[in-house]
Amino acid sequence: MASLWRYVLAGLGLAALLAGILAVVYLTAPQAPQGAGADISRSKKTANGLFVASFEPERGVIRQGELQSWLLTLKTVAGAPVEGAAIAVSGGMPQHNHGLPTSPQATDYLGDGRYRIDGLKFTMSGLWRLHFAISAAAGSDTVVFNVLL
Amino acid sequence: MSWLSRFLVLMAMAVLAGCGKPEFSDAEKKTIASLALSALPSLKPDTTNRFADVPAAAALGSTLFFDQGMSGDGMVSCSTCHKIDRQFQDDLPQAVGVGRTNRRTMPLAGVAHDPWFFWDGRRDSLWAQALTPLENPLEQAGNRAAFAHYIEARFGERYERIFGPLPDLSKVPANASPLGTDAEKAAWRAMSDQQTEDVNRVFANIGKAIAAFERSIAPPRTRFDRFAIDLATGAVPKSDDAFSPEEILGLKLFIGRANCVTCHTGPRFTDNSFHNTGVPPVKDLPPDRGRVDAVRQVEADPFNCFGAFRDGDAGACGELRFMVKDAPELVRAYKTPSLRGAATRPPYMHAGQFSSLDEVVAHYSKAPASVEGVSEIHPLQLSDRERGALVAFLKTLAE
Repeated sequence: MASLWRYVLAGLGLAALLAGILAVVYLTAPQAPQGAGADISRSKKTANGLFVASFEPERGVIRQGELQSWLLTLKTVAGAPVEGAAIAVSGGMPQHNHGLPTSPQATDYLGDGRYRIDGLKFTMSGLWRLHFAISAAAGSDTVVFNVLL
Repeated sequence: MSWLSRFLVLMAMAVLAGCGKPEFSDAEKKTIASLALSALPSLKPDTTNRFADVPAAAALGSTLFFDQGMSGDGMVSCSTCHKIDRQFQDDLPQAVGVGRTNRRTMPLAGVAHDPWFFWDGRRDSLWAQALTPLENPLEQAGNRAAFAHYIEARFGERYERIFGPLPDLSKVPANASPLGTDAEKAAWRAMSDQQTEDVNRVFANIGKAIAAFERSIAPPRTRFDRFAIDLATGAVPKSDDAFSPEEILGLKLFIGRANCVTCHTGPRFTDNSFHNTGVPPVKDLPPDRGRVDAVRQVEADPFNCFGAFRDGDAGACGELRFMVKDAPELVRAYKTPSLRGAATRPPYMHAGQFSSLDEVVAHYSKAPASVEGVSEIHPLQLSDRERGALVAFLKTLAE
């Protein structure tokens, strides 16, 4: 009997050791990326509901550290393209206390409500915030897109 | 032994073996792979310099790089500060050319991947960068008219084989430059538009040749890179390549809680951007505000990407076109340096403020406020052991 208790004790000890190792691994594992809960949708209504804006990388993928262009597509709520809009871009990384590393601009109107936003650069992984001030015949409105790298 | 005891011994061995293995999450493995030298893309062509990949231009550039004749006093070359056997830097807190400068010499491995040059990014191409020390009175202290004459006299034939016929320099003054002494400036102003254009063209081509040479300076593979490949492929590291528990802890901190990888990212360990990290100024040096002052300088540079000496079209000028010109975070912002090889080239920071990696890590752990502007970094609660581990990891990037 005594020897069986020894095995049980040893088993318990090993189980405790395993639990300890698992706890260490779990506790030292990297946190979920900051801003994982942020709204990262690529299409939304502008703040005052004047337009529906969508924001997509022009070539489909985000490449960290390279200058790239994105397309901002503006439609009215009824679905008509918004033409002749003046667009100002700003933004930054709220968690790192800095703005954008470049000054992106709306450089071309491609028709059908699509505007090329050129000169974007995401230099690091994390949550980026892009703020667009839009001014068109229907009025002025703003929209914020979050981009998570 | 009974089956039960055998089973328990096996279990214990398995657990102990598990303890000795580095444990990296999938996210950590992905980050580590992104830092390996094998992830470095091949060098993009530089369309602003059509001689960038011409071997004869690189060969002439290499001659000029090491030639002390390329200076006002005949004693200083690029290689005076960018020493070939010292990672193309000079181990000094501030570079010493003809005089003592106010900045640390930057190493050159992989420099052609940079979008901006100097600690503050006051030049936007490697060839425009190479021209700047030539006329800085504290560095090579020459003037562009003298350089044009020197090239004609000493390397005329080699120059013409690469760049085409030299202009007629017979009536160009021996010394003249828009940036030189009062006499040199006066001589420059007295020159015809054709003459200044001719001299600027030869001068730009000097930069293009030196840049062609510098494109060949690549960062070497390190112990970290071998470790990263083994980790990615699941191979068992060779004895010297295996990381010690301290180096593993340092690597985990680097890509995790210490946030180093936020800026020191990618295979060159830099985001190619500028940040205020509260590095203190050096007493007795002139005021230094970093990136915020460099913006005006690069815009005013006649050899920038928008200037007349660029080859190719302006499509290559995106960095200059979309440059941030005015933002509070440019104050005392300096370039994120590559960390490859850093462990064996103290002192550190833009003016050699810290003499050891221990001091650097202590600075980032403490995160003091900046003397001007706002530091982007936040204090870390790092123990002595953790700071030591970070330094141990950084050394694997220089072995």
